[in-house]
Amino acid sequence: MIDVAALGVRFGETEAVKDVSFQVARGESFGLVGESGSGKSTVLRVMSGLHGDWTGRITIEGEVTAPRRSKDFHRRVQMVFQDPYGSLHPRQTVDRLLSEPLLVHRMDNIERRIMRSLNEVSLPALVRFRYPHQLSGGQRQRVAIARALMAEPDVLLLDEPTSALDVSVQAEVLNLLSDLQQARGLTYVLVSHNLAVVAHLCDRIGVMQGGELVELLSSDDLRAGRTKHLHTAALRELSIELEEPEANP
Amino acid sequence: MLVEIQNLRIQFPTPNGLSDAVRNVSLTLRQEKLGIVGESGSGKSLTARSILRLLPSYAITTADTLTFDGIDVLRANEATLRAIRGTRAGLILQDPKYSLNPVMTAGAQIAEAWRVHRGGSRKQAEQAAIDLLAQVRIRDPARVARAYPHELSGGMGQRVMIAMMLAPDPELLIADEPTSALDATVQAEILRLIEDLVSRRGMGLILISHDLPLVAHFCDRVAVMYAGRIVEELAASELIRARHPYTRGLLDCLPTLSHKQARLAVIQRDPSWLET
Repeated sequence: MIDVAALGVRFGETEAVKDVSFQVARGESFGLVGESGSGKSTVLRVMSGLHGDWTGRITIEGEVTAPRRSKDFHRRVQMVFQDPYGSLHPRQTVDRLLSEPLLVHRMDNIERRIMRSLNEVSLPALVRFRYPHQLSGGQRQRVAIARALMAEPDVLLLDEPTSALDVSVQAEVLNLLSDLQQARGLTYVLVSHNLAVVAHLCDRIGVMQGGELVELLSSDDLRAGRTKHLHTAALRELSIELEEPEANP
Repeated sequence: MLVEIQNLRIQFPTPNGLSDAVRNVSLTLRQEKLGIVGESGSGKSLTARSILRLLPSYAITTADTLTFDGIDVLRANEATLRAIRGTRAGLILQDPKYSLNPVMTAGAQIAEAWRVHRGGSRKQAEQAAIDLLAQVRIRDPARVARAYPHELSGGMGQRVMIAMMLAPDPELLIADEPTSALDATVQAEILRLIEDLVSRRGMGLILISHDLPLVAHFCDRVAVMYAGRIVEELAASELIRARHPYTRGLLDCLPTLSHKQARLAVIQRDPSWLET
């Protein structure tokens, strides 16, 4: 469904993304992991159309993406950002935030759709007329997810969706994302530096380092330590070392 | 005893009367590494900041005891507090982007901190800044000293912050979510650096975070806070035997690489946790 081939991005002299290729099947979750500056978020931004200057070929559901994309593309592919404090308009109520994509894409039944989507992300109905600053971080991220789902997309691009949240809220949001995927048959591309989060949500994982995709593997292989590239092994070791409380001497 | 807190209570005025943000908190700290863990709003930062009396002026703080190295922080005057803040106790905040002065070079900021607390000439201070940058394991300290904060990565910026805090040779370091803005690899490097410096210089450390396994990895003792109270305090090595359901919940809700879970456990909050 998604086919990224030989993607390259340059920022002036620096090559931020070098020859990155991967495929994602419909209904699958694909994860991209790497350190800051490895180019993982840039890949996602190119896919969403936020960054226009790139080389290579990206096909999403048979449609080759051009620099100028159709309105329907922006309906079918939606993005959720890391920081729920920064990605919601501070002076719009939740009601306004959620109705905006419906107005843009001329969809009907606004009232019913808003109520359904609030229910879907387990937010109480009274949140509807609140402003983002009146909500907690977890609630805001739920609003951001609800907003992304308003236009009934097929693909959700998730850029570190839980790293600004408390661990207890992170668990709730990750469970919500799994439920939504099952209920709606969504395709996810998730970017995170947290290996455990990516392995939890995704079946296949791409590891990025210095702009290159150094390894593609399944999350089961990652858990079992069947890694080929040194960088993957290093990331895995660190993640395992830090998550085991009993490892403390 | 470096820090002693008995029955600390921090209240904020609200339209519906006073609201307790921290209640009945007692802690002691020697030359050791203490982790304070809890969610946003659990009162972990307020507790740590009360040691330096860095709370907003409208906060109402009461305690049976609140001392730093025998000095009664609640009754001390501003001059006494100034001698503690920065000099004897340093504070490292979450995001170096907002804590560094954007129009001063990293070296100048560290040199300024060094001169304020120690005196000495401009030349000496510059040299001290480069030494401190080398101590926080920056490979080319002279170059980084000339760089402005926007030219530094997040991890590098946090090292500069740590170097600045180390300048006056403090006895206590309070690190408030020092690595939440950093990726996993850099996070581990920074925490190892803090741990190493604290052990080598014989300082006390209070590390505040919401990531329980991570804190346990770098601290000797962990205090778990929930809704302004300490619900459990235990040795980091005993974490696996934690008894309070909230502590267990914090451990169980994390996704792990070592074993696969279909769904993550969600903390079921029990109103009885609020009874002290």
